[in-house]
Amino acid sequence: MSTPLTTQFNAQLPALLAQLAQERILILDGAMGTMIQAYQFSEEDYRGEQFADWHCDVKGNNDLLAITQPDTIRTIHEQYLAAGSDIIETNTFNATTIAMADYDMQDISKDINLAAARLARQAADKYSTPDKPRFVAGVLGPTNRTASISPDVNDPGKRNVSFDELVVAYEESSHALLDGGADIIMLETIFDTLNAKAAAFAVENVFEQRGKRSPVMVSGTITDASGRTLSGQTTEAFYHSMRHLEPLAMGLNCALGPDLLRQYVNELSTVADCLVSAHPNAGLPNEFGEYDMDAAEMAEHIQEWAQSGLVNIVGGCCGSTPEHIAAIAQAVQKLAPRKVPKLPTKMRLSGLEPFVH
Amino acid sequence: MSQAASSFINIGERTNVTGSAMFKRLILEEDYETALEVAKQQVENGAQIIDINMDEAMLDSEAAMVRFLNLIASEPDISRVPIMIDSSKWSVIEAGLKCVQGKSVVNSISLKEGKEPFIAQAKLIKRYGAATVVMAFDETGQADTIERKFNICERSYRILVDEVGFPPEDIIFDPNIFAVATGIEEHNNYAVDFIEATRKIRQELPHAHVSGGLSNISFSFRGNNPVREAMHSVFLYHAIKAGMDMAIVNAGQLEVYDEIPKELRDAVEDVILNRHDQATDNLLELAPKYQGDGKAAKVEDLAWRELPVSKRLEHGLVKGITDYIIEDTEEARLAAEKPLHVIEGPLMDGMNVVGDLFGEGKMFLPQVVKSARVMKKAVGHLQPFIEAEKDGKVSSNGKILMATVKGDVHDIGKNIVGVVLQCNNFEVIDLGVMVPCAKILQVAKDENVDMIGLSGLITPSLDEMVYVAKEMQRNGLDLPLLIGGATTSKAHTAVKIEQNYDHPVVYVSNASRAVGVCQQLISATQRPIFHEKLQKEYAVVRDQHARKTPRTKPITLAQARDNKFTCDWSKAPITTPKKLGVQSVSVSLATLREYIDWTPFFLTWSLAGKYPRILEDEVVGTEATELFNDAQTMLNHLCDNELLTAKGVYGLFAANSVDDDIHITNSQGEVVVAHHLRQQTHKPKGANYCLSDYIAPATSQRQDYIGAFAVTAGIGEEELSAGFIADGDDYNSIMVKALADRLAEAFAEYLHQQVRVEGWGYAADETLDNESLIRELYQGIRPAPGYAACPEHTEKQLIWDLLEAEARTSMKLTESYAMFPGAAVSGWYFAHPDARYFAVAQIQADQVTDYSTRKGWDEQTAQMWLGPNING
Repeated sequence: MSTPLTTQFNAQLPALLAQLAQERILILDGAMGTMIQAYQFSEEDYRGEQFADWHCDVKGNNDLLAITQPDTIRTIHEQYLAAGSDIIETNTFNATTIAMADYDMQDISKDINLAAARLARQAADKYSTPDKPRFVAGVLGPTNRTASISPDVNDPGKRNVSFDELVVAYEESSHALLDGGADIIMLETIFDTLNAKAAAFAVENVFEQRGKRSPVMVSGTITDASGRTLSGQTTEAFYHSMRHLEPLAMGLNCALGPDLLRQYVNELSTVADCLVSAHPNAGLPNEFGEYDMDAAEMAEHIQEWAQSGLVNIVGGCCGSTPEHIAAIAQAVQKLAPRKVPKLPTKMRLSGLEPFVH
Repeated sequence: MSQAASSFINIGERTNVTGSAMFKRLILEEDYETALEVAKQQVENGAQIIDINMDEAMLDSEAAMVRFLNLIASEPDISRVPIMIDSSKWSVIEAGLKCVQGKSVVNSISLKEGKEPFIAQAKLIKRYGAATVVMAFDETGQADTIERKFNICERSYRILVDEVGFPPEDIIFDPNIFAVATGIEEHNNYAVDFIEATRKIRQELPHAHVSGGLSNISFSFRGNNPVREAMHSVFLYHAIKAGMDMAIVNAGQLEVYDEIPKELRDAVEDVILNRHDQATDNLLELAPKYQGDGKAAKVEDLAWRELPVSKRLEHGLVKGITDYIIEDTEEARLAAEKPLHVIEGPLMDGMNVVGDLFGEGKMFLPQVVKSARVMKKAVGHLQPFIEAEKDGKVSSNGKILMATVKGDVHDIGKNIVGVVLQCNNFEVIDLGVMVPCAKILQVAKDENVDMIGLSGLITPSLDEMVYVAKEMQRNGLDLPLLIGGATTSKAHTAVKIEQNYDHPVVYVSNASRAVGVCQQLISATQRPIFHEKLQKEYAVVRDQHARKTPRTKPITLAQARDNKFTCDWSKAPITTPKKLGVQSVSVSLATLREYIDWTPFFLTWSLAGKYPRILEDEVVGTEATELFNDAQTMLNHLCDNELLTAKGVYGLFAANSVDDDIHITNSQGEVVVAHHLRQQTHKPKGANYCLSDYIAPATSQRQDYIGAFAVTAGIGEEELSAGFIADGDDYNSIMVKALADRLAEAFAEYLHQQVRVEGWGYAADETLDNESLIRELYQGIRPAPGYAACPEHTEKQLIWDLLEAEARTSMKLTESYAMFPGAAVSGWYFAHPDARYFAVAQIQADQVTDYSTRKGWDEQTAQMWLGPNING
């Protein structure tokens, strides 16, 4: 485990991904949390041997399982690969130092990212074939803080995290993810674009430090029917804010099921001159907090998106399972991917709303 | 409009401390709320991007940029547009870039410091995800000719696009707009240089944009806005055609090219396009003709800035302009032998002009209060210098102690009088509200004042004033005593107060009278004459009062009760409230402002006339409009920042009348008694009304209901007002209080409607606009204890108890039963379809005895609380 694992395709990876994306719709994986939940791990399980004496409770720290329950995490990855995922996401949604501070585990954030990337790498390599190469997307989550929203209603100018603090955290995670064998860096579930801009800044720094760029995927979250991110941007404004990262794909995930998310995927599809990804939730949570859109229904929605030429990369977020992914993969298998449009060269600025000149 | 013009971008310029004196002041004073308002207005006025600049030596520019951008992020009305982060300091730009989630524009970078930092900054801008303005500036300086402008832009472009990988569409060149018509020949071609460089940049550097700061071009015509606007318009017309596609402008102040008078347009065009040698001279010659034409009124006309400093101070004082007062005062101080001379000289001269104009009715109260604000700022600036020189105090006309008496909290009128007196060089010691008599006397002695002014609004304050007069007599004071306030009158002063004090007692009916009265009282020669005249005048008033026979004959209480208002109670419509008991109510200021009755607001400021007609009034229309606009600005400020809190409570209870009392079942199920007074003069046609008549008598066997309410919009009023006072801003201090009063009244109106339609629901179908509400076109009344229909103040306590008003709203009652905060209304709800407001007016001894028995009072207590109705 001491040397970073690499795939045989890694060297030509960006070109290979781009080529595959031209040929077909690529399949992401589904929810990690939903799968972990099914194991009903106890506090002891979460702690494992390594953190048996940790000074605070760690139950619920799913990212820690990359260290304490590695077999489980690897198994879940493999289930998604078996279901047909081309790209699997590392189990690192909350693994930044900032989010890990909740468990006082900021100091082992790096180890978690590294371990999680390695597990995904091992799984991907096991399933990878020349005909169907598999890729690992190292996930940078949104953290639990917001750089452009005040935590204090009485002081709208206040912030509980700074751009610089986010950059430091994201740089550390990115290095660890790439060290662990991630092919792609994926910023996902972005609800505050300023956090994501800090992540983008960090990722560029890391690429510069490593002397090598990797493909980047960016995925925002439209929180409700307002059609805006939590920090207030419309889909197009969000796209303009993140476009400088020159991402391989820009997409939307989480918060909504495919039915409600469609219009925003459609909007993104018309304004984005890169690949478009989407991994919605399996519907909205019911009164028990469970997602009950079944695999067939979800696949039907996503099939329609593909038929309408809206997407290049699809998968699932909260509530989705290998069953959903298999159904989605099956449903879009024969359908052509969205054609990336050539947009006129214009200055594309944004506030909460887009401004094109 | 051409295609080019329609795709032209206006960048808002007002949120720039280097370009806007107002914005600079707001930021220096950390008034970020108002600063945000400036940003918001720009967006509302059509700015598509807003430029923000905090480059000011007195500022921590980085911190100010971060603070302001973070605040903007919480204002969707502003942050919907992209931000232009404007600074000459890279550190400020970078701090700003870390605060914006959108894709913004940097303004600016250049080759000024060489290629290396230029590349480093451009790389970072790209990494932060922003576009950038690039100035036509290189290692050797700022570009002035076409060639230099283009060459530097081209070099910058190649570095950015080829070496940095910067998207060309995210580059905005600023090829430097310089002033033309400066009288210096080399400057004559500057506009042409810009326009031609723009054309070349747009042709040869694909996708790049061209922008510039427009106001520079007309710099030599400062003070002549019509000419400046014409220059901007003509310049843009040609620059846009050449490809300029954005500019930092005040969009609201752009003249339409075609609407510029041809003569002026031609002259301006000659200058802009440098068409001949005489162009500048011609425009200079023509310019005065257009100065101050009709259009100049809407923009700031700065011609007065050219006047000598004493005249500038006078202008600032008369017009109430604070923007330049510090710099002018400083200039005057440097020129004066002693700082004190500035006050005694030009400032006092200016205030004399204000005083004269006010006296002649050429200035109105709100303007005078604004003048006072300017004066205070000037004096505030001089104070440290005066103290440093220890050259004594400013000599004033006289020193006046002012106070709202014990038990009363109302002070708007008193504050206005204080400001007006200060404007006339009286020193005012304002003890505030609820001031006990002992304190008034003590301070009068300690401060060696020249006279005392008492104010009060509620009727119990009249007795307190009598008490103060007696105490002044007993303590051997000889100071004149001034009496003012809404319930005071010449008759009351003559009959009740004056006889208790051997020295002058003067009733002052309004603020404009105060100055004349005080001047006469302060003058050793005039005072005796004035006093004698006053004594005669009051003797006449007393005499008239004593001989006054009531216009209508008094009747006995029994007779009055026989002539009570009644109806067929078996058929009277009584609606059972949807829910009995007490309800707390909170409501936003934004809602309440829709219910404001503006007419009394203008009266507060001594502007008489009905709203909205008053805004068009021949005499006071302009001033009323300005006052109204200021009120709206303050209301926006209050609403947006929730600086005042409105809290209220109401209750609906089962009730029946028993003679003149109303028996009310409270929330605990106990019966409590409200006492009312009955009209006691002969009424040949109508009834002798008492409020209890509107509630079904217990004998009718019908369950009836009554409501009670207490509302305030004044929570936070004192702090706000005090903040303005501390800032020397009496105008806004009074404005806040006047508006809080209006909002409280609006709350009463709003809540009454809610109760009629919802809570009680007896008028569920009512649909009335604000005008109809003000005209009381609804069913039912809400009489307030202390006023005509139920004039006895102590009954408020019952309302407070019924509603748990203090616990629920934090509103208190003083010992005189004034409500605190002062911006408050309380009262009863009567739903009877025939319920009307009436005045109890004069009552007779039999009712005093009857009422005292019902209340359990001794005779002295009865005299105290019923006084105003006993003596008429």
